[in-house]
Amino acid sequence: MYYQPSDLGKFGNISEFEPNLAKKFFDWYGDVFKEGALTEREKSLIALAVAHAVQCPYCIDAYTSDTFEKGANEAQMMEAVHVAAAIRGGASLVHGVMMMNKAKKLSM
Amino acid sequence: MRSLHATGHALADEATQLRVLRDLGLHTFGSKLATHGLDPLMPTGIDIFQVNVGYMCNQTCKHCHVDAGPDRKEIMTRETMVQCLRALAASDIRTVDITGGAPEMNPHFRWFVEEIRKLGRHVMVRCNLTILTVNPKYRELPRFYAEHGVEVVSSLPYYQAAQTDRQRGDGVFEASIEALLMLNEVGYGQPGTGLHLNLVYNPFGAFLPAAQDRLEADFKKALADKHGIVFNSLFVITNMPISRYLEFLIVSDNLESYMQKLVNAYNPAAAEGVMCRNTISVGWDGRLYDCDFNQMLGMELESGVPRHISEFDVAALAARRIRVDQHCFGCTAGSGSSCGGATV
Repeated sequence: MYYQPSDLGKFGNISEFEPNLAKKFFDWYGDVFKEGALTEREKSLIALAVAHAVQCPYCIDAYTSDTFEKGANEAQMMEAVHVAAAIRGGASLVHGVMMMNKAKKLSM
Repeated sequence: MRSLHATGHALADEATQLRVLRDLGLHTFGSKLATHGLDPLMPTGIDIFQVNVGYMCNQTCKHCHVDAGPDRKEIMTRETMVQCLRALAASDIRTVDITGGAPEMNPHFRWFVEEIRKLGRHVMVRCNLTILTVNPKYRELPRFYAEHGVEVVSSLPYYQAAQTDRQRGDGVFEASIEALLMLNEVGYGQPGTGLHLNLVYNPFGAFLPAAQDRLEADFKKALADKHGIVFNSLFVITNMPISRYLEFLIVSDNLESYMQKLVNAYNPAAAEGVMCRNTISVGWDGRLYDCDFNQMLGMELESGVPRHISEFDVAALAARRIRVDQHCFGCTAGSGSSCGGATV
């Protein structure tokens, strides 16, 4: 199996092959999710949306729990997923303008 | 829904529950305490006298650590209540925390509250809200509570119906809103009345609670905007992996990950402030426990100290060693958890 749920808990083990960069990553990661101009809940919902955009099963697993643990509810979580889906869908559709430009150029 | 006890479920057996948790092979709670000098765990005193007056309840919540429900018949007698009053009179414990089941279903409940108040002690009642709406006899309770200055502490797992009803039963949210309005009407939660109405949040699934201050702000805004309800504080509680919540964890295949989460989130500061260090729990039959959770697991006080309310001795109890096991990780995760909410 390529994806094992138990591997999520081993994320920290990436330091085994390259500790210095792993430390920098995890320190930075921790700082990113601290309360700042955005609340921890807002950041968690963004992470959940991005997890769906990049289709990362580990991230979806982690941030479904995390958004609950930041006090979000299912409706808010699904709205975040729709935002990700809308941007992905919109990103495809907006290229339709490119297709139209080319089609019109080619056409009499 | 029937209780685990009524259905003869294997998890109705306390030893089975403890074995299920121990068999996960995680760090032991005692070893965690030992890493920062808290083993054995000792009381800091006895400030709260928590009395469980019976396991009967009008609700059968999916997470209930008591396994309470309409089919539970264990109930505290007036004689045992008299023993509680004698113990209180001989001590300087200021706060009495009455719980159940639905404590109001005990036929001696009102008399017991009145007698405690005559002793000048502060009374908290853990009211499930819906009991106030089930018949005219209970509809008088908000006024009774107000007349006796009782602090009302009530579970409401979320400010929306879907999450609340999933955990506590169909229609519970709507009835809870009605009850909260009744309490507000007699002054509870209103500024300047001194009548305290505190709500209790616990997660509606296999996850840890959010930060107490954040959730309190969410609850206050949602309940005020949508229902015109006010309250004082929100107590955030972690679900304890015992009884019906343990059953949920097993059936939903969340047990191992939830317990690992609790162990990973172990917070030494939360361990310092666990409620068993300043509480004594009295069972419906007068037996004494370190907390309501140990009571449900049949973990009586260590041998050699008074183990029944008839033998109550504050000095001896304050010098006891508190009994711990794997379920105790539920009180030490993150910001900590107690009957009064977060401890850190």
